[in-house]
Amino acid sequence: MTRWLLFIPLAVTLAMGVLFWIGLGKEDKDALPSPLVGQPFPSFEAKALLSGEAISAASLPAKPMLVNVWATWCPTCKAEHAFLNQLAKQGITIVGINYKDDDAKAREWLKAYGDPYDFNISDPDGKLGLELGVYGAPETFLVDSQGTIRGKHIGDLNTRVWQKLQPQFEAMK
Amino acid sequence: MMQRLCWLALLWLPLTALAVVDGHKYPFDDAEKAERFRQLAEDLRCPKCQNQNLADSNAPVAVDLRDKVYELLQEDQSDEQIVDYLVARYGDFVRYNPPFRLDTLLLWIGPLLAMLFGIGLLVLIRRGQNAAPKPLTDAEKAQLEQLKKANRS
Amino acid sequence: MVPEFGQMALIVALVLAGLQTVIPLVGVQARREWLMAYARPLATGQAVFLMASLLALTYAFVVDDFSVAYVAANSNSQLPTPYKVSAVWGAHEGSLLLWVTMLGWWGLAVAWFSRSLPLDMVARVLSIMGMVSVGFILFTVQTSNPFERHLPTAPMDGADLNPLLQDFGLIVHPPTLYMGYVGLSVVFAFALAALMGGRLDAAWARWSRPWTTAAWIFLTMGIALGSWWAYYELGWGGWWFWDPVENASLMPWLVATALMHSLAVTEKRGLFKSWTVLLAIFAFSLSLLGTFLVRSGVLTSVHAFASDPERGVFILALLGICVCGSLLLYAIKAPTVASVGRYEWVSRESFLLMNNLVLLVSAFAILLGTLYPLVIDFMGLGKLSVGAAWFNTMFVPLSVLLALIIGMGSMSRWKSDGLSRLGNELRWAFLAALVLAVAAPFIANGEWNWQVVMGLGVAFWLVAATLVDLWKKSRGRLKRIPTLGMSYMGMIIAHLGVAVSIIGVTMVSNYSLETSVKIAPGESAVLGNYRFEFAEFGHIEGPNFTSDATRFNVWRDEKLMEVLTAEKRRYNVSGQVMTEAAIDVSLLRDVYISMGEPLADGAWGMRLQVKPYMRWVWLGAIFMCIGGGLAVMDKRYRARQTRKVALSNEAVA
Repeated sequence: MTRWLLFIPLAVTLAMGVLFWIGLGKEDKDALPSPLVGQPFPSFEAKALLSGEAISAASLPAKPMLVNVWATWCPTCKAEHAFLNQLAKQGITIVGINYKDDDAKAREWLKAYGDPYDFNISDPDGKLGLELGVYGAPETFLVDSQGTIRGKHIGDLNTRVWQKLQPQFEAMK
Repeated sequence: MMQRLCWLALLWLPLTALAVVDGHKYPFDDAEKAERFRQLAEDLRCPKCQNQNLADSNAPVAVDLRDKVYELLQEDQSDEQIVDYLVARYGDFVRYNPPFRLDTLLLWIGPLLAMLFGIGLLVLIRRGQNAAPKPLTDAEKAQLEQLKKANRS
Repeated sequence: MVPEFGQMALIVALVLAGLQTVIPLVGVQARREWLMAYARPLATGQAVFLMASLLALTYAFVVDDFSVAYVAANSNSQLPTPYKVSAVWGAHEGSLLLWVTMLGWWGLAVAWFSRSLPLDMVARVLSIMGMVSVGFILFTVQTSNPFERHLPTAPMDGADLNPLLQDFGLIVHPPTLYMGYVGLSVVFAFALAALMGGRLDAAWARWSRPWTTAAWIFLTMGIALGSWWAYYELGWGGWWFWDPVENASLMPWLVATALMHSLAVTEKRGLFKSWTVLLAIFAFSLSLLGTFLVRSGVLTSVHAFASDPERGVFILALLGICVCGSLLLYAIKAPTVASVGRYEWVSRESFLLMNNLVLLVSAFAILLGTLYPLVIDFMGLGKLSVGAAWFNTMFVPLSVLLALIIGMGSMSRWKSDGLSRLGNELRWAFLAALVLAVAAPFIANGEWNWQVVMGLGVAFWLVAATLVDLWKKSRGRLKRIPTLGMSYMGMIIAHLGVAVSIIGVTMVSNYSLETSVKIAPGESAVLGNYRFEFAEFGHIEGPNFTSDATRFNVWRDEKLMEVLTAEKRRYNVSGQVMTEAAIDVSLLRDVYISMGEPLADGAWGMRLQVKPYMRWVWLGAIFMCIGGGLAVMDKRYRARQTRKVALSNEAVA
């Protein structure tokens, strides 16, 4: 047998080692990339949380925005809420999706912790959430002025995360 | 709970949380559809769980997806349509049976390649043994004689 | 004090392991027998101190010493004592300590049961095992110390052991599996020692064989116990999930199985030496890889995990040194051990090679399926899942192929055999298997489908071919069977075990009945021949849980078969809810009842299952273990080796 064949196992092992090394150093192992990035925001028929008006995809503002999926049952949402308030103060448009939640509780929450949202889409049975591929809260989508989804972040928004997202957000303008 | 799950995974135990799924919520008029539902729920992955299919998971998102699969089945959609619907929203991650594509080519044909490589190696090894054994060197001959002697005594 | 003593003992063991690595090896290099002779006492000492360390941790659990962080995190004063003991290996740190302790025990076993081995071989083997020990004890002490204290404020009570693990299965499954994983280190050490010493010969194969078989028995048992545990504890009757954790145990098992068979060739015929050594390295490497995959968190994705990169890096480094080092040694040294024996295409050697090939391709497929999503993810190509559907597609045809090979291979002759001879001997077995397989679905009163025919067909073929072989070898006289040798009997029983498992898997995957019902007390549900009558609902008070319980009368053809009580427990401390399935076990079928959610008006959602031949899946594993046990007990391994086989058989063959 030719000698180089004997080195194949070693080479394969080394390759696997490099792979694992990269794997260990990789951050955001948790994020599921969304196939919706680059797609238009899905059409929907729902009610606004506060006004109770019927709203649809056409109701989305024609400017870059964050679409934030949240619920009162989600502790992480509470953690990110203060930061959302801060973003809203900086003039960033945030549309909320109140996901699998109770409308009354949600209104209570907004009264108690402040309302950073332009408006909230009430999604009590998670129908819109399913269209958006949401699998938990909080999740935040970056949507441009044409209503196209440009990015998605899973987990809470905070200063550190925003540092990464902001350039992308600015670029949508 | 999360941390507990971590511990569990650190053991050599299959990591699957417990659930007895409320299948009674999904009545079907025909057995063939019920079977398709069972198969789909088994082959689709709960996106939020560690490693669980829709049939076995009680996570809220799994319940939603299960309901959706049921709804789409009742609308007489085909299996592919249903899988495509979910993949369009949640990505390939939700299907346990990965599609046959360029980036999964190696996954699908890898075992076959390994088999062919192995057969090639077997042929190579057997061909190698057909070469006549090398004659013993003088030193080896001497050693052999010595061994024979030792064996006899 | 006791935990500190445990930690001290662990550190002493580390030092002893270090000495065990260095001194005997120096002895071998310098040809000093008295230095080599240190290997045995050092291995013994290491094992004793590791044992002391493990006992210290166990003691901390039994006396509820919650000042030890690990105890506080995994135990509780309400926990029944047997579970306090098993909680020792209920989480990462403790199971690692158990891992290294078992490594110590295997070293001890080598030290004691290797009287017939040349001293330099023993010195090398123990030195390599010492090296592995050093790595893993260091890992334990550095990154996962189970003795760390919660000081100055110790919690009043512990957070409790995960209820999933409060079970007999957890007491026995991890230790058995670890024994298997770690046992492969012995084989690995033998292979490296032989490579270093340049004596890869039949004697080496003979020394390695019983150790390989012993480790393989534990591995088989451990995997079967894990599957059985998952079956009754997880609550929906699944017994194999193709979970990465299970895959991590199946890969070394497949390679160890291949190794056992190739060692047979190396021992009997002096062939495939280089290949056998490679398998020995692979087998242990895969059990280390399993450790890495499970413990580092690289495999885990999506939400559930907080991985520990420090541990990951450490264990990756260990893995790298161990595996790359041994493979490098292999690549350099293997060419010096060419095998010269001859064999024909149709011969026992060829069949064993094919068996090896199929087993290895199976292991490779599992590795590929487990790692492929990682590769795709790291390359930024997205996230994929590879699950049961894919694994079954790959694994089923390979198993069928393997079963066909076993049938022919076990009755073939060494060196050269004829297809026509094999055909003559086996054609009736083949025909019988074919006829029975086609008829079986009708007899089992099930639906006819080709998967059943295929699965049962290969199983029957395996049984028939094995029996034909037994008949020929004993020349038709049952009395002669005991004279055929323990190894031979072991092989027969293990191969029958494979058939038993295949029958179980085929039947339970194809003919299981299952239904989910909404049912209230007094109502009945029908499934197959069985009628499930919801007799009553009540509560049960356990030592550390309270449960909702449903009692069912199970009727078959209007005869009361069994009264079953399924529970849904809520554990007091953690508040976690666990379903306890109620199972009526019999050889031909299991009846499986598990509780779902409470519904309106006292009704419950229940999952009812009838699983035919479920027990056979594990019964086959028991057969395999018995077969392995018989092979280990074969007297030729116990006979003292007086003659030294120096030049190996090949010169004479």
